[in-house]
Amino acid sequence: MLSIKNLHVSINGKEILRGINLEVKPGEVHAIMGPNGTGKSTLASVIAGRDIYTIDEGDVLFKGKNLLEMPIEDRASEGIFLGFQYPVEIPGVSITNFMRTAVNEQRKYHGLDPIPANEFLAKMEEKKQMLEITAKLANRSVNEGFSGGEKKKNEIFQMAMLEPSLAILDETDSGLDIDALKIVANGVNKLRRPDNAFVVITHYQRLLDYIVPDIVHVLFDGRIVRSGGKELAFELEEKGYEWIKASLV
Amino acid sequence: MEKDPNNILEEVTQGDYKYGFYTDIEMDTAPVGLTEDTVRFISAKKNEPEWLLQYRLDAYHKWLEMTEPTWAHLLHPPISYQDIIFYAAPKKKKELSSLDEVDPELIATFNKLGISLEEQKKLSGVAVDAVIDSVSVKTTFSETLEKQGIIFCSFSEAVQKVPDLVKQYLGTVVPSDDNYFAALNSAVFSDGSFCYIPKGVRCPIELSTYFRINAANTGQFERTLIIGDENSYVSYMEGCTAPMRDENQLHAAIVEIVALKEAEVKYSTVQNWYPGNKKGEGGIYNFVTKRGICKGNNSKISWTQVETGSAITWKYPSVVLMGDNSVGEFYSVAVTNNYQQADTGSKMIHLGRNTKSTIISKGISAGFSNNSYRGLVKMTKRAENSRNFSQCDSLLLGDKCGAHTFPYIKTENKTSIVEHEATTSKISDDQLFYCNQRGISTESAIGLIVNGYAREVLKQLPMEFAVEAQKLLSISLEGSVG
Ligand SMILES: Nc1ncnc2c1ncn2[C@@H]1O[C@H](COP(=O)(O)OP(=O)(O)OP(=O)(O)O)[C@@H](O)[C@H]1O
Ligand SMILES: [Mg+2]
Repeated sequence: MLSIKNLHVSINGKEILRGINLEVKPGEVHAIMGPNGTGKSTLASVIAGRDIYTIDEGDVLFKGKNLLEMPIEDRASEGIFLGFQYPVEIPGVSITNFMRTAVNEQRKYHGLDPIPANEFLAKMEEKKQMLEITAKLANRSVNEGFSGGEKKKNEIFQMAMLEPSLAILDETDSGLDIDALKIVANGVNKLRRPDNAFVVITHYQRLLDYIVPDIVHVLFDGRIVRSGGKELAFELEEKGYEWIKASLV
Repeated sequence: MEKDPNNILEEVTQGDYKYGFYTDIEMDTAPVGLTEDTVRFISAKKNEPEWLLQYRLDAYHKWLEMTEPTWAHLLHPPISYQDIIFYAAPKKKKELSSLDEVDPELIATFNKLGISLEEQKKLSGVAVDAVIDSVSVKTTFSETLEKQGIIFCSFSEAVQKVPDLVKQYLGTVVPSDDNYFAALNSAVFSDGSFCYIPKGVRCPIELSTYFRINAANTGQFERTLIIGDENSYVSYMEGCTAPMRDENQLHAAIVEIVALKEAEVKYSTVQNWYPGNKKGEGGIYNFVTKRGICKGNNSKISWTQVETGSAITWKYPSVVLMGDNSVGEFYSVAVTNNYQQADTGSKMIHLGRNTKSTIISKGISAGFSNNSYRGLVKMTKRAENSRNFSQCDSLLLGDKCGAHTFPYIKTENKTSIVEHEATTSKISDDQLFYCNQRGISTESAIGLIVNGYAREVLKQLPMEFAVEAQKLLSISLEGSVG
């Protein structure tokens, strides 16, 4: 589904990603871990298409298409979703209006008519219940005045609404209390299907108790330096990144 | 891969004026230029009583003595008043009894605008007084209104039908020598709307009027007078778009509102005059004087405006709060794009005790435009325990446009409170990326963000208008991308 080959990315002349290789197949859950500032969010942003970065080398294919030449919104319509580490506020725009616009623009991309109002509202209702989101929150402006946890929950809600084939969740677990974490993980698990995939960026092994990954990667200094099973997360938690660093020299 | 975010904004904000088209209707015009004879010609054309001719002539002579104001943050070549045709009207046809009799070209024009009279009539229950150029072509629903004693007609008609009412109130809110453009209007005003709501009557429908400028080189000088008698209520709407045109067109309207004891008048407008092309050529010069007076105790006047058009906008809808406990409100969204210039705001003059005013102004600038808020809040000595709250926000799209705020506050008593808040913000790249990532194109994202930003004002508009206004906001910032 997603195929990244030898990806080198820099910003303002500073190289951040230094040869990333990553294969994600339908039905898989990948976890990416790694110290602060090693390029996890950068990787996620580059996949989503943020244009402040320079791609120095490498290829990114998504469902066989060259992702790097696709506008951001087309990538989204093709099925890429990014759960932001720091979701932005959009004052005055209700979540309902925002989601209806997003759903309809994606439908337009696929040559479909706008979603009928009743169908849309029913879907909103269903997903709200799944993620235990109160009606009040859904009527508020996108992320405006939301607590850190509410913002993250809202990201998952949007993911549920848009039903992407590849969801990249950038530290969605940070800021969530233990109950919210369970709800969010539960939501993700319910959305797992044989034809979609998840890339979960996290600092905490705890999340992986709830969203069980097929593969865990360690991103270090712009490179994936280790990949392995779920055990790798435990090992990291136990030994810390010093262990990785030591094994690299 | 790398793209200058300003370039994206530029592309997106370079929309062509979508409502630009031109209708050819036989004109009955005054000679070019302005002399005493022009004034007499207009008055005669309209079959006006002697007192009104004198009112016009008096204004004309005052105007001759006055000079164009220069204090606004606006730049334009000098207006050559002797090159303007001051009166143009569709040739007088026989009285119309149904829409079928209306000039088909006119109907087509309305259809292009998406405001077909037929639809308006059937679907929305809105009485429509359509003003093309200077003469009212069709008034609907007037019978329903008449039953309640409501008078809603063109200004010229009112002069014939209820001359005493017109005489009693004309120029009492905006004196003919109030300012340069008001004097000009008072001398040569063509037509407009007149509205009178009798004592104790709640007008059952939203009153709306559509104005359009339609003839080359024709100055437009609308004159509107709205009177809410004691304990009455009316919601009045005015909207306009204009055809594409090369040369600049002068537009100097006057709107006067009088609210007597316990009366409430809500005035909403969506203004979309031709703004000129992307290079800043052409477009309407819009110098408008709009003022209401809360004459009686407990009266209320509320202005809501959405301004997207005109090359130049000079407009300060104001309220004189004369009655005790009276309330004045001003809600405004002003969009400027390309080389448009807007100097707009409000004046709240507190004369009565316990009076309250609110100013919410949202400026949106894009392209190379300049958008200024200018406001005056005055608490006179007598206006004890009065309050004003002003919120003036500016949103910038791109880095070549300007936003300015000129708030003036004068307080002559110690018990009144005036609060002023101002913010300036930009649509951030992070916001655009966030929207794009959800599949929303940059163009739609800007529409969404701008409408969100203006929500506080848009929600003041009557429903039918709010939808139209939202579309207009997006359209006026939209480009040919996508
Ligand atoms: N716009 C930018 N300008 C300059 N440097 C940047 C920019 N964005 C990211 N960087 C740098 O790139 C590096 C990688 O950042 P990134 O956000 O990808 O890290 P991360 O792995 O997600 O870290 P964290 O775990 O703290 O979220 C950091 O050193 C960061 O300072
Ligand atoms: Mg990060």
